[in-house]
Amino acid sequence: MSPLLLALALPVAVAVAVVLLGERRRDAREAASLLGALALAWVVLGTLLPDVLAGREHVLEGPALIDGLPLRFRADRLALVYAGVAAALWLPSALFAAGYMRGHHEGHQTRFFACFALSIASAMGIAFSDDLLTMFVFYEALTLATWPLVTHRGGPAAARAGRLYLGLLLATSMVLLLLAIAGAWVHSGPAGARSLAFVQGGFLGEAPPAARAALFALFVLGIGKAALMPFHFWLPAAMVAPAPVSALLHAVAVVKAGVFCVLKVAVCVFGLDVVAVGVGNGWLLGLAAATIVVGSLVAMTRDNLKERLAYSTVSQLAYVVLGAALGSPLGALGAALHIVMHAFGKITLFFCAGAIDVATGRTRVSELRGLGRRMPWTLGAFTLGALSIVGLPPLGGAWSKWYLGQATLASDHPWLLGVLLLSSLMNTGYLLSIPALAFFGAPREEPGAGPPVREAPLACVAALVLTGAGSVALFFGIDPLVAALRPAREAP
Amino acid sequence: MSHPDVPALVVVVPLLTGLLTALALRGRWAWAAATLSSWLVLALVLDLALAVQHAPGGVVSYALGGWAPPVGIEYRVDRLNAFVLVVVAVMGAVVTPGARLGVEAAVPADRLHLFWGVWQLCQVGLLGITITGDAFNVYVLLEIGSLTTYTLVAMGKHRDRRALTAAFQYLVMGTVGASFLLVGIGYLLQVTGTLNMADMAARLLEPETARASGRTIRAAFSLIAAGVCLKMALFPAHTWLPGAYAHAPAPVSALLASTATKVGVYVAIRFLYGIFGRELSFERLPTGPLLLVCAAVAILAGSLLACRQRDLKRLLAWSSVAQIGYMALGVGLASKAGLAGALLHLLQHALVKGALFLAVGALVWRLGAARTDDLGGLGRRMPWTAGVLTLGMLGLVGVPGTAGFVSKWYLVTAALEQGLWPVAVVVLVGSLLAAAYALKVIEPLWAAPEDLPPPAGAAAWGGRESPFSSLVLPGLVLSALSLGLGLGLGGPAQGLALAAAEDLVPARGGP
Repeated sequence: MSPLLLALALPVAVAVAVVLLGERRRDAREAASLLGALALAWVVLGTLLPDVLAGREHVLEGPALIDGLPLRFRADRLALVYAGVAAALWLPSALFAAGYMRGHHEGHQTRFFACFALSIASAMGIAFSDDLLTMFVFYEALTLATWPLVTHRGGPAAARAGRLYLGLLLATSMVLLLLAIAGAWVHSGPAGARSLAFVQGGFLGEAPPAARAALFALFVLGIGKAALMPFHFWLPAAMVAPAPVSALLHAVAVVKAGVFCVLKVAVCVFGLDVVAVGVGNGWLLGLAAATIVVGSLVAMTRDNLKERLAYSTVSQLAYVVLGAALGSPLGALGAALHIVMHAFGKITLFFCAGAIDVATGRTRVSELRGLGRRMPWTLGAFTLGALSIVGLPPLGGAWSKWYLGQATLASDHPWLLGVLLLSSLMNTGYLLSIPALAFFGAPREEPGAGPPVREAPLACVAALVLTGAGSVALFFGIDPLVAALRPAREAP
Repeated sequence: MSHPDVPALVVVVPLLTGLLTALALRGRWAWAAATLSSWLVLALVLDLALAVQHAPGGVVSYALGGWAPPVGIEYRVDRLNAFVLVVVAVMGAVVTPGARLGVEAAVPADRLHLFWGVWQLCQVGLLGITITGDAFNVYVLLEIGSLTTYTLVAMGKHRDRRALTAAFQYLVMGTVGASFLLVGIGYLLQVTGTLNMADMAARLLEPETARASGRTIRAAFSLIAAGVCLKMALFPAHTWLPGAYAHAPAPVSALLASTATKVGVYVAIRFLYGIFGRELSFERLPTGPLLLVCAAVAILAGSLLACRQRDLKRLLAWSSVAQIGYMALGVGLASKAGLAGALLHLLQHALVKGALFLAVGALVWRLGAARTDDLGGLGRRMPWTAGVLTLGMLGLVGVPGTAGFVSKWYLVTAALEQGLWPVAVVVLVGSLLAAAYALKVIEPLWAAPEDLPPPAGAAAWGGRESPFSSLVLPGLVLSALSLGLGLGLGGPAQGLALAAAEDLVPARGGP
């Protein structure tokens, strides 16, 4: 079996195993998730990655949904950025989820873990898709597979959030994105010679400039998962989901699927050179800059921890869109790196938020005063994650912001660097204030308020320490990553 | 190879078994005869479709009674009506066995044999319209199909008196439509001197015919177009449909929604492309824009109204109005991709709507009604029925992986090929509205809290799934077919639809 097919099929197999094992054999069910995650990480990072780095690209062709347009998959460097992140972080998430779901006494756990695995399967499909139609199929699958997770808690609030989630994501993808894909198909060439396959440097060279600009706008706005304002409302709404969902899906798999698709479209549908001059990318740079600043501003006003993190995600995702919209190899490199760095940083923050919720039931920032002494591991990891998001060494986030900053300076819009710096400043304000409050604030202990607070279950703490350490490791291990992505930037 | 008499048998078999059923059989035997006949018809139609694939020129012709066309009545099967015949026969063969319980609940026992007799005569009408190559024969069989349909709808009266009003309204509109059609065919006979459709088309192409009687031809065109629109329930001639589907017994709605309007769409394609010809219909007359506007309104208004319904049958009925809009839109685009999209949508909508009405029938059988408010938590109580409903709704939305995505892809690309991006937007916005009404069904099914009290009257039926093999299985079969078509196993269907579309809209030199 080819490793590519294995990477796509493994999460599906996990979902099936989870359903078959069920609530009665819950330990075996969680073991299936963990083993599947481990196996997937091994397949993607241990088999596909070395092969691709050695120049052996894997391809796969599936059934044709539309006559003449088979599902096509390819493992290349850019694909492995996203697939690698999703696969690597599934393991700590599965670990964390096992601890969280039991510690929180959630219902429907079998459905939860099955949908979780299906979401990972969809993410793999998006990562390895080799044409627009394949990408769209798995993009929609990801929306549908995550909807039961968002509405997991049941009740009117979750239902309302679920409707907003589905409504915004489906509205953008079904109307704008599908229109863009159909338009790209029609403009890719004369009848009989059309294609939707990704090509380095793009395949819309023959299209008239006006059509190209319109398609670019449709693509960027249609990929609602990138949470570009004003289509970002689904992301804060999705925070009603249990913490592991917010952590893996709404900090990594789903939102990164969005920005990954934007990056892929910029590189492989239009081509970076065309993006830089031929599609009118100025409005997008402005929109991304506005999202960066406004997202941070809104985050500062939020007291609910997960909501604050969600708006921080909105802001950080726009960095990737910005990098893609610059249309320069350096920008694309920074964008790809930011996908990785932000994933590790933000998942740590969400793990911490979930661990605090499990251990204390507290969800508001103002309630965290003095908690640092009770939960040192959790808040220590939180500090690392926050530093990485801000972009300070020695954490991975420093590198992606470094390259993005360089890319803005080299572009026609050097003022964007100011936006990046301003945003980092704001990040410091609303993220680092949290551990500061927890470590240095006076503990607010009401007498007789029950047993003293202790750390969350071991599974939770292990997961967040792992990802927090990952953020540090990424700072020191940046060279191979940049070296691997450099050929992509030198490509025509 | 196929026996030469197969085309005739497709119509003769249900005609004879239908009469036999009504006269000689009683109760469950009547249903058994209807089922057997529908399976026999399916076998015959599949045989015929294979024969068409291998026939020279892709046409199988049969002279009824040995009178050679154009004098005698010709049964003429090409790729287009082979495709539609397969749809009609498959739906008959799956819906008939699944209809027994629903019909027994709706029709008194001493009338069952009449019901099943009429049911088969309805099939005779639908199959006959599709297979015949004679314009007057189309009218006659259309009347057979329509009269039997009125009766079937009115059979809902024992549960719901409003079925009588709905049937009467349907009768009035249907008769008006049929009269238009008859007069139009009469004009054509006057101009061309023939009733054979292929012959008619050839005569209409002659320049002197067009010169001498251009106005008569245009009048015939308008009359026939109006009549066909009434039959296929295209906006603004859709008014009979919601009532008829909502008040008929659920199995009847399943049969009608998946075959009757589809045959109407077929007749539209046959007359527009096969008889009048693409040039007259779309280049000399403004049929294309008119159809597109009607279709757009049907899609948007039908879907919006579907969103507002609380009764599931009425919701599905309005959704049918919208879905017929998609087919009309594909017909109106007058290109190969557009027609292929229309045909594929015809196929997928037949499967999906049939499955949905069968599932609603299973709900009605258990709950006595099917309202969106009653669906809470049914995903756990009736998982199979809920699964069929969910898959069907996703199919209506056109989620990738269902057949609905395939047909919408063809429609959207066809519209964009001609630069008609507003039409493409209408198709996509229609899908979005479909998602809105789909969510109204899917969300309560699955996302209800665990402690929701059981629905009223659940004690009487124990809150269990409907009988599997007789109520659930047929819907599952249709859902599986629709999924198969959506997941890449529909190559032959797509190939046949594209080939049929190519026959009607030959590729011209250059783009």
